[in-house]
Order: sequence, then C-alpha cells, then structure tokens
Amino acid sequence: MGRQRNKSLFTRLSKLNLQKIETLNLGYQISIPMQKFSSAYSYTITRHDAGGQTVYLNGHLSIETASECLKRLLNELNKMAPPFYFDLTAISVLDDYGALVLFELKHHLKIPDAEFHIINPPETYKKTLSLVNFDFNERCSVTFGHRKNKIITEIGAGTLEAFAGIRFMIAFIGSVALAIKEVLRRPKSLRGQDTIIYMKTTGVNALPVVALISFLLGLIIAFMSSLQLEQFGANIYVASLVSMAMVSELGPIMTAIVVAGRTGSAYAAEIATMRISEEIDALFSMGFNPTLFLVLPRLIAAFITIPLLTVFANFFGIVGGLLIAIAMLDLTASAYITQTIETLTIFELCWGLMKSCVFAVLISGVGCLKGFQAKGGASAVGQAATAAVVNSIFLIILFDSFFAVIRSYIG
Amino acid sequence: MPKSPVIQVKNLTKSYNDDRILDNISFSVARGEIFMIVGGSGSGKSTLMRQMIGLEAPDRGHVYIEDTDITNCADRDFRNALNKIGVLFQSSALIGSMTIGENVALPIMEFTDLPKTTIANLVRMKLSLVGLECYVDHLPSELSGGMRKRAGLARAMAMNPRILFLDEPSAGLDPITAADIDELIMSINRSLGSTMVIVTHELESILNLGHRLIMLEKSSKQIVAEGAPAELKSKSADPMVRKFFSRRANREHEQISEGSDGTVIF
Repeated sequence: MGRQRNKSLFTRLSKLNLQKIETLNLGYQISIPMQKFSSAYSYTITRHDAGGQTVYLNGHLSIETASECLKRLLNELNKMAPPFYFDLTAISVLDDYGALVLFELKHHLKIPDAEFHIINPPETYKKTLSLVNFDFNERCSVTFGHRKNKIITEIGAGTLEAFAGIRFMIAFIGSVALAIKEVLRRPKSLRGQDTIIYMKTTGVNALPVVALISFLLGLIIAFMSSLQLEQFGANIYVASLVSMAMVSELGPIMTAIVVAGRTGSAYAAEIATMRISEEIDALFSMGFNPTLFLVLPRLIAAFITIPLLTVFANFFGIVGGLLIAIAMLDLTASAYITQTIETLTIFELCWGLMKSCVFAVLISGVGCLKGFQAKGGASAVGQAATAAVVNSIFLIILFDSFFAVIRSYIG
Repeated sequence: MPKSPVIQVKNLTKSYNDDRILDNISFSVARGEIFMIVGGSGSGKSTLMRQMIGLEAPDRGHVYIEDTDITNCADRDFRNALNKIGVLFQSSALIGSMTIGENVALPIMEFTDLPKTTIANLVRMKLSLVGLECYVDHLPSELSGGMRKRAGLARAMAMNPRILFLDEPSAGLDPITAADIDELIMSINRSLGSTMVIVTHELESILNLGHRLIMLEKSSKQIVAEGAPAELKSKSADPMVRKFFSRRANREHEQISEGSDGTVIF
C-alpha cells in the first residue's frame, strides 16, 4: 500500500536539506502569539535580504489548528514574494492535517509555481510529510463528487439501462410462467404455508383500511350525486349511481391502489433486502427456484385476496351510500337495496372482479420485479419500494383505461 | 513503562433478555498500546466493544474514555468522548449511497471548516494511507471486501482519533490482504501513536500485532486470561487459552472420523 508513492515530498527532502539558507535578516517579522489551547501553534515570518522569506512554525500543526493556520498563512503569504521557506524545527506535533496545510499553501498561493521549500522537518514527521504528494496537484485538486458524465454518454447509458430493464422484465415474466407451469405440474412445489401467510398480510390485514376507505367513498358519492339528483326528484337513482360506480370502477381501483401502497411496496422491499444480502443467491445455490420460492406465493396470495377485498370494498361502498340515502334523502333501506339489485348485473360484478384480478397480478408482479432488480446498498431497498408503488399505480390506471375502451366496444 | 490508562472498564455486566453475556468485567487500556479483545464466537467480544463505544448501555458498571464516564455523563461530554474515538465496524458500515471519498469526507466536513478542495486533498491522503487513492469516486458496492475494510479504516481515521476501535479488521479476508491490514494497523499505531482496541479471533493478527490482550470465555462470561500474546501462548496453564492458541477443537469426541471403507462415521 502506497509503496509506489514516487516523487513525494519525502524523496525531495534530502535535496532540500542540503540547501543552505544564508543571510536571515530580521528586518521584517510577523509573529502571532501562542494561544491558550493545549494544542496551539504560532509562526514567525522572516524576510531575507536576498528576497524570499522563511516561515518558522512552532507548536501544534494538527487537526485542531489546521484550518485557522491555513487561512492566516495564505493571507500573509499572498502579500509576499517567493521563494518561501518553511522551517519546521520547532514543530512539536505535525499530523496529516498539518502536512496538508503546507501542501495547500503551495498550491493556493496566487503566484503560480512559487518556489516552496520545507527545511529541517523533525525526523519523526518526515513520514507524515511524505503522505502528501507535493506534485500531484493536478490529479488531486479535482473536487470529488458524483462522477460527471457528458450528456451523450448519459443518454446512451440511460438507453442501455432501459433496454436492460425491459429484457429483465421479459425474463422475469418468463420465469414466472415457468414457475406457474411447475406448480400446475407438481402442486406440492408451491410453498403453501408462505402463501397462507401472505394471504393474511395482503388480505386480512388490509381489510380494515379498505373497508373504511370504500365506506367513506360510498358516503361521498351518495352525497355528491344527491345534490344533483334531488333537483330532479330522482333520489332513488343515487342507489344506482353508487352501486354502479363502486362495482365497476371505484371498488377495484381503490382496493388496488391501497394494496399497491401497502403490499406492493412491502413485497419490493422484502425481496430487495433479500437480494442485496445475498439471500436470493443462497436460495438459488441450494437448488431452489427463487421465482417459485418468492414470487408465486405472493402472486397467488394477491390473486386470491385482492378480488375478495374488492367484494368487501363494493359492499362497504354501497353501505355508505345506503346510510346517506336513509339519513338525508328519506329513502327506505328496502327501496335502496331493491334499486341496487336491479341496477347491478352479474356481468357487471364479474367485470369488476376480473379487473381486480388483473390489478392483483400487476401489483404483485411489479413489486417482486422491482425487488429482484435492486442492487447496491440500503438505498436500493427504498428505491425498489418507491418504484414498485409508482409503477403499479400507473399500470393500474393504464389498464383501467384499456378496460374502459374494451367495455365501450362490447357494451 | 506504566502509562496512564486511556480506557477503563469497571465491573461491566451486560445481559440480553436474561441471557448474561458479560459478567463483572474490569480492565484498562494504556495509551498507545494495541489492545486485543479475543475469544471464541459468542464469547461477547463484540458486545463488549459496543459497550465501550457507547452504542449500548451496560446493565451495571462503568466505561471511562479519558476520564469521561460514557455510561453516565452529560450529552455534551459524551459527544466529546465520541470525537476522540474512531470505529471500524465488522461490515465496514460505509454508507452505500455515498462514494468512498464522500464517506471519508463526511466527518471532516462536519467537524472542521476547511475549504472543500482542501478536504478533497485530505480525503485522498487518507485514502492513500490505506492504498485506495484511486477509488475516491467508487461506490462501496463496487469494491471488494478487503477494500471496503480499508475504506472503513480510512473513515475511522478521518478525524485522527486518539483511540481506534477495530471490530474484526481482518476477518473474511485472504491471508495477504489480512497481513496488509495488520501491517497497516501497526504502522498507524507507530506513526500516529493512536491507541487501538481490536476485537479479533485471528491467531496471526493476535500474535503479530497485540501488545496485550484479554480473552473472554463463553461459559464463565468473564476474562479468563490477560497479558502479552506471546507469553500467554507459551506459558499459560489455562486449558482454554492453550486450546485457543494451538487452534484445537473443543469437542474432540464429536469429531468426524472416517471408517475403513471411506464412509464417514459420526
């Protein structure tokens, strides 16, 4: 490590030590007093008759004093002419921060290529000084940060990444299809226990929030539509409107969005964590099919529970509407229910459930896919969860519009 | 030569859920020495270190870092004590979303007011100390395990702490890299004079590096041996210490033996 540090100050010191500094004239002197701290520094600047000056450094040139010392000396030296000699005879502590001060002084003086010599460094600190390679300014002064790319490189990299993403997605869909085939052939290969646990976390645990949201949604739709329909004395159609809206659109969509936020993100985060901690590699090397092991239980759990949740959402939405109808519109419960049953058809119910089945596949698929794509550190987990939610909500809305278009053709 | 202790641990006891890990442990670390905490897996080495750097509070007992009792002191004193120590964690604990350079610069930017370009140079210096000056702009995930360890060491040393805690610095590395790290630790100890507390179970490192060690043992939950590694190796009468240094299995009767036909018999 660091053995090839050529041209460092250390190698140049031997030469510098031979140089004799003659005629030190005390005609010009700047001193700053020692400070009260335990780690204090001071310096004295002496001008030579022949031009140039020697800076005598005293005390600690270390982490505590470095930034102040650098500022002061830079200020002083910029007013003077080179060459500069730094006498370190009286230095008691010099650490790498101190060595850096000397390095920075050399490179931040306003005079370019000013002559700059270090004399009499204490034997114990030669090694510290050798840490600073006094010649690598150009290589060094580049501020670090994120790698800067040219815009074209970036576009290219982005395109390649997008293609890689698509390829990964196709491979993922393929492996899911193969895993499904495997499960159909050998149902025992499905991890049943896991599936049941995921059905609980995806379905049962989400029921309260889905129920509450759809209940409130039913209230709102009923209330808003009643404001309009009351003007025409068409109160009874509130029942039709609420039931129709809930069953064919809002039930499936609201459920899907809630589940995407709740469960899709959890799937992505869990799988991403497993990915970055090599758990998936471990599964693979033990001979498991990671897709079969991780994706199918989640996919099946979502496929079963999300339509069920949608049924509950529809029910609670209609109950919400019923409440408004009874409390504000003077309708009887039986009239409302009769009207609801008359409006809804079997086709309508099935259509809504079919949509939510598709959403279930989208949510669990995107969640797992984003999890599998994660690489890097802790931030990758967060990114995977975010990407899963954003992408699945987008896809839910997109597919819903497809269904709306299809619907307009069939019926 | 007797030196004043920089770290003192007094009657430290720690349990996790009624499961006692450390029982009434006391020792002290002298200035400038390489102090080893050794012992088998599960003997509480890492737990002891977590108490010493104030990550966890012990159930009973005190930890003094340069006269500050970090188990019982004001928040400000605790922070001051933390500024005196640097820690290399077992898994390096580099922040994954930052480059190696940014990781090292993190404490420097927070606790000094040097200009940015100066800090950039300093970071390079720190990284060249561990041989990673070309990896300033790499993300931790792009480095190998040994490089990550070295980067972690550079970050631990960023503020020139007087005390360095290293949790298994050479574990999981190949012998050459491990020897490199050992040498690096030794040269840092010599040139900067920092006190080092190293948690390890690598025999080589213990013998090469350690000035003094304490050995923890799982069943007694206490220090079973204390002293210079070479001396303990040659002179200790304690069967546990002898086994540790001669790398002998504890449960010899359970060893796998091979039958005459090549089948393995347990």
